[in-house]
Amino acid sequence: MIGDYTLVEFSSILAMQGFAGLILFSVFVLMALGLAIIFGQMGVINMAHGEFMILGAYVTWLCSHFVTAYVPALFPVYFFVAMALAFLVSGALGMLVEWAMIRHLYKRPLDTLLATWGLSLILQQLYRSVFGAREVGVSLPDWMMGSIALTDIIEVPINGIFVMVLTMLISLGVFILMFRSAWGRRVRAVVQNRAMAGAVGINTKKVDRVTFGLGCGVAGVAGSAFTMIGSTGPTAGQLYIVDTFLVVVFGGAASLIGTIASAFTISQAQSTMEFFMSGSMAKVLTLLTVVGILMLRPEGLFTLKMRR
Amino acid sequence: MNATFYTRREWIALAVLAALILIVFPATMDVFRLNLVGKYLTYAFVAAGLVLCWGHGGILSLGQGIFFGLGGYCMAMFLKLEASSPENTAIQSTPGIPDFMDWNQVTELPFWWIPFKSFPFTLAAVVLVPVIFAYIIGAAMFKRRVGGVYFAIITQAIAAILTILIIGQQGYTGGVNGITDLRTLLGWDIRTDSAKFILYFVNAALLIVVLLLGQAVRVSKFGRLLIAMRDKEDRVRFSGYSVADFKIFIFCLAAAFSAIGGAMFTLQVGFMSPSFVGIVPSIEMVIFAAVGGRLSLFGAVYGALIVNWAKTSFSESFPELWLFAMGGLFIAVVMAFPNGLAGLFRSHVEPLLAKLTRKSPSPPAPDATPAEAVKLAAE
Repeated sequence: MIGDYTLVEFSSILAMQGFAGLILFSVFVLMALGLAIIFGQMGVINMAHGEFMILGAYVTWLCSHFVTAYVPALFPVYFFVAMALAFLVSGALGMLVEWAMIRHLYKRPLDTLLATWGLSLILQQLYRSVFGAREVGVSLPDWMMGSIALTDIIEVPINGIFVMVLTMLISLGVFILMFRSAWGRRVRAVVQNRAMAGAVGINTKKVDRVTFGLGCGVAGVAGSAFTMIGSTGPTAGQLYIVDTFLVVVFGGAASLIGTIASAFTISQAQSTMEFFMSGSMAKVLTLLTVVGILMLRPEGLFTLKMRR
Repeated sequence: MNATFYTRREWIALAVLAALILIVFPATMDVFRLNLVGKYLTYAFVAAGLVLCWGHGGILSLGQGIFFGLGGYCMAMFLKLEASSPENTAIQSTPGIPDFMDWNQVTELPFWWIPFKSFPFTLAAVVLVPVIFAYIIGAAMFKRRVGGVYFAIITQAIAAILTILIIGQQGYTGGVNGITDLRTLLGWDIRTDSAKFILYFVNAALLIVVLLLGQAVRVSKFGRLLIAMRDKEDRVRFSGYSVADFKIFIFCLAAAFSAIGGAMFTLQVGFMSPSFVGIVPSIEMVIFAAVGGRLSLFGAVYGALIVNWAKTSFSESFPELWLFAMGGLFIAVVMAFPNGLAGLFRSHVEPLLAKLTRKSPSPPAPDATPAEAVKLAAE
């Protein structure tokens, strides 16, 4: 017996909280992956990352409206099209931003931070002017609604499972791209030694642009997935940006595995603690712990052994 | 580097600034506008701190709102306790405690509120609480050689944590509304026009003291070391200086400046709330320093005045345009004018003045040539 609960009830609650934590984990991973590519691999601080995510969410929302209005037959599968579109739109905007702004600031990381913050303000107001200040939600196809009952007490929502599967696929895709493809090899070469990579014939500027675009594109997919479990407003991106940066820094900036491990730790800690105390205190405690650990171990959980 | 405290040019700049905020503004504005300018000037304290910490030391803190807020809250707690005398709060179920505590079923004054009944303690706490907090953050980070963007992100996270904490602990902090309905300071009503007038001058005088103090740091040997650290940290370390201690000191000094600004904000505006602590206000404070010129203490004052004035007038008439303008300002000041208004003044207005007065322009200070600043930015 624990408190007023029986052991079965208690373990079920733990399992449900654990599952809620897994959904949070998926969202963190999706957002942090894009950031880990941009910040970890390129060393660029993109404060507008949340806004790229929201862009993906709005693209999905537009798609759902378009499909219900014109081709209702495709409604059950529109989501996959929407995700691809979200990736392309966010990625294209990312490459544009890289060309117009970021590439001039590669040697001034602190200034990049301020400039991308400015960009995020502009994007937020743009969303507010175009889509309105109210939060919007997409309607889900029927097969994504409802939940699966695992036992009498434990129920897991289908859209949560879908987001988790999606997260795994996208992480896998990013891994293959970064560690198994010729393009990924070029990116890693540029990260490790820009001058040398250029000397052996890699077009480092192009690699930068595509990497930044890819990071933003992944953010767009994250936003698209996000619409399935929550609603989207113009300022929703800002709510997550600090969490996401902490996830990436905590994991060790240059390590994608570290990012996933730290997203798991932070999300599970937060959702488990939410059961024992108020949501805000759970968040405060989680963030404080992360900041505390970072003060003791500034390089994060996982580090690449590299000479600077 | 000569050892003069100010060059003649800088004395003139100080005189112009002092004349502007001590004579011109009070002479031309009504009390309402003057109070507004006073509010803007409290941000100039933060910006001046950032000029030292970020412009000279190369430490970008995105958490100056923490210290502004802590200073402001310390002052607000004292004023609130004075406003919550048992006579004033007789209708509450527990008289003698702040109203928001009563609303949240808190029946006893928390122990950490009790010392704030004393005015001398409050004055000390306004500076010391933020400085100690800054010392802990700085010691933990700089001793481990965390710097640059990591430091910026972690200070930002701390600002976020503090905001969530203040909002979440409504019964002890006043929650999202903050500490409101402040009335008197040692029996002196701070809401009257004459009080606002006097507080404006107290604020302006304090600001000038802070600017002089900042200048003293700039021209000292320590100021030279700061710039050396910003540009080539390792060389300073290899020369035998304790880089971490210098960084901690300048970070604490910037925190103290911000805290004084926060306390004056509470006195002049009459409340303090978490909306001056979090991520967004903290990063806006950086833009005041950036617009004014990240290397210029006087520029910081003008930056705070101009950006806030623009914010007030824009958001009154075109609320949608304000965020566009603000975002554009961030981008422009980083990409086109890394030295801000002070840099523009130096490169455009001063040659003109020199031509008018038929004097050769004095050589620019070695720490502030445009080429240097671009190099700084490149670090």
